[in-house]
Amino acid sequence: MRSAAPLPEGFIAVVKQDCPTCRLVAPAFIELVAAGVPLTVFSQDDALFPPGLPVADDTSLEMSFRLGIEVVPTLLRVAGGEVVARTEGWRREEWRRLTAVPALAQALPEYRPGCGSRTLDPGIEERLAAGAAAELRARRIVLGDREDGIDACFERGWTDGLPVVPPTPERVLRMLQGTRRKPEEVIARVPPDFAPCTVEKAAINAVLAGCRPEYLPVVLAAVEAVCRDEFNIHGVLATTYFVGPVVIVNGPIVRAIGLNSGVNALGQGNRANATIGRALQLVIRNVGGGRPGEIDRATLGNPGKYTFCFAEDEERSPWEPLHVERGLPRGSSAVTVFAGEGPRAVFDQLSRSPESLARSYAWCLRSVAHPKLVRDYDAVVVVSPEHGRVFREAGWSKARLRGEIAELLSVPSTELVRGAAGCAEGMPAGFAAGTVTKFQPDGLLFAHAGGTAGLFSAIIGGWKNGPAGSQPVTTEVRP
Amino acid sequence: MREQILLDPTSERQPQTRPRAPRPRSLAGKVVGLLDISKPRGDVFLDRLAALLAERGVRVERFRKPTFTKVAPLELRSEIGAKCDAVVEALAD
Repeated sequence: MRSAAPLPEGFIAVVKQDCPTCRLVAPAFIELVAAGVPLTVFSQDDALFPPGLPVADDTSLEMSFRLGIEVVPTLLRVAGGEVVARTEGWRREEWRRLTAVPALAQALPEYRPGCGSRTLDPGIEERLAAGAAAELRARRIVLGDREDGIDACFERGWTDGLPVVPPTPERVLRMLQGTRRKPEEVIARVPPDFAPCTVEKAAINAVLAGCRPEYLPVVLAAVEAVCRDEFNIHGVLATTYFVGPVVIVNGPIVRAIGLNSGVNALGQGNRANATIGRALQLVIRNVGGGRPGEIDRATLGNPGKYTFCFAEDEERSPWEPLHVERGLPRGSSAVTVFAGEGPRAVFDQLSRSPESLARSYAWCLRSVAHPKLVRDYDAVVVVSPEHGRVFREAGWSKARLRGEIAELLSVPSTELVRGAAGCAEGMPAGFAAGTVTKFQPDGLLFAHAGGTAGLFSAIIGGWKNGPAGSQPVTTEVRP
Repeated sequence: MREQILLDPTSERQPQTRPRAPRPRSLAGKVVGLLDISKPRGDVFLDRLAALLAERGVRVERFRKPTFTKVAPLELRSEIGAKCDAVVEALAD
C-alpha cells in the first residue's frame, strides 16, 4: 500500500466514471493535456474513463488510498515527489490557478461539488484495511458492546480533557497514508519515560487529536523536534513555569494542508493548527507518560498546552522565513518549536516609523518573566502585517530590529539587582558590571502572521534558555 | 452494535513498583551524599546540612546535577549509588 514508487510529477487527477461532476469536467482534462500540462488521470472505477486520454487504472484504489482521496474529482500538484497542493470537486478558478491555464474550461460552470471517493464506500475501507492491519503492532483493545468509544478513551486516561476521536485500526491506517515512513520506524524517545515513539504510535495519537492524514508529517517533525536534547521537553514539561511547546510551521506544507497564518492565526477555528499542536501534546502524554499533576508540575500552565501551532505568513513577511533564517533551504517545509507561554499583546496603533514601533516592542518585551530579570528568557515576537509593513517600508532587517531592541533595553546592571527599585526580585548582586540588555543575542525570534487589519503584534515569552533550559529547534518536515 | 477495536496510544509500558531501599537505622559510619540539583540557593540548604552532619561525625560527599531541568546523568546516579549509603536531594528556590 505504501508503494515506494514515486508519484508522477506535475498534476494528478483522481476521478470516477460514476460521478456526474467527473463526467461533466472530462473535457477539461483533454484541454489540459492539449495545453501541455503534465497530467496523470487515475480512474477509480473505469480504466476507459475519461475517454480520449491515457488513464491510469486505480480500480484497486491503492493510489487513491495513498493520496488520502476523499472526494472525486481531486486535482493534486506534485513537485519533487511530494503533493504540494490539492483541490477537491470542481472549482474552475482554483483549477485555472493551480494549472496556470487561465482560459481553462470556458464552457463549464464555475463550481460543482464532487462525489465521495470510492475509498469511502461502505466496506471498501475495511477491505483495504484488512490487508494492512496486520502491519500494525499496537495493542488492540476490544470495547464492550455498550461502551462508548469517546468515553472509553477518557476512562483510559488518553485525553487532554477534551473528547478525542477513538483510534480504530481503520482510522490509524488512513492516518498512516499521510506519510511514506514505515509504521515501525522509531522517530524519537519521548520524555519523561523516554519511551520509543514509532510512526504508528504518533499516528494513533494524531487520530485521537483529530488530524487529517496529510498533517501527519508535521506532527512527526514536531515530535522529533521537541525530543531533541536541546529542546529538553522533559524540563519544559516538569517545570512549575507556564510553558509548553509552541509549533511554528514554514514552507509549502502550510498551503498544502491549509494551516492558518492569517486572521486569528494564534486562535481557534482551523483544523490543522488546532489538531497538530494537540497531537504533539497527546504524544507527550500518552507515549512519554507526561501528565499534569504527575511529571507536569506547572503552577498555572497556559491554555496553549492544549494546542499551540500556527504558520508563518511568508508571502507578506518583510523578512526571510523563520526556518530559512535558522539554516534550512528556501522552499523546504519545517517546524520550529519554542518553549512558550501564552501570547500577550503589543498595542501600537500610532507608530509609523520603525524607531517608534521598536520602542513599543522593547517596552513590552521588558516584562517577559519580570522587568528585572534578564538574559535567561527568550521570546518570539509575532509581527502582524500592519506592523510588518512599517519595517518593510523602512527597509529594516530582523538584525536591525534586534539591535535596536537590544539598545533600547540596555540599562545599568545596578537597576536590575535584587532589592533595587524597592522590589526583592531581580538579578543577583554583582551579576554584571556596567549596562546590560534584556535578551541574549539569539534570544529573540520573529515570525510574521496575522490578519491584515490591526496594528497589534504578539509576544510569546519563553522559559530558561540555553543548554540548561530549552533552546528552539527547527526540523525539516519529511514526507 | 458491532465490536469496536481501539489501538493503544500509549507506550504500553507497565510501571513497576519497587520497594524503597531500606532506611539506615543510624548514620554512624555511613556516607551521606548531598545532591545539589543546581536550583538557586540549594547550596544554602545543603551547606547547612553538611555542617550539621559533620558535627555528628558523618562523612559527606557532595554532588551536583548539571541542570535542574533534566534528569541526572546516568554516570552521576551510578557514582552516588557506589559511594553513598544515603542521599539527600535538595530542591530549593
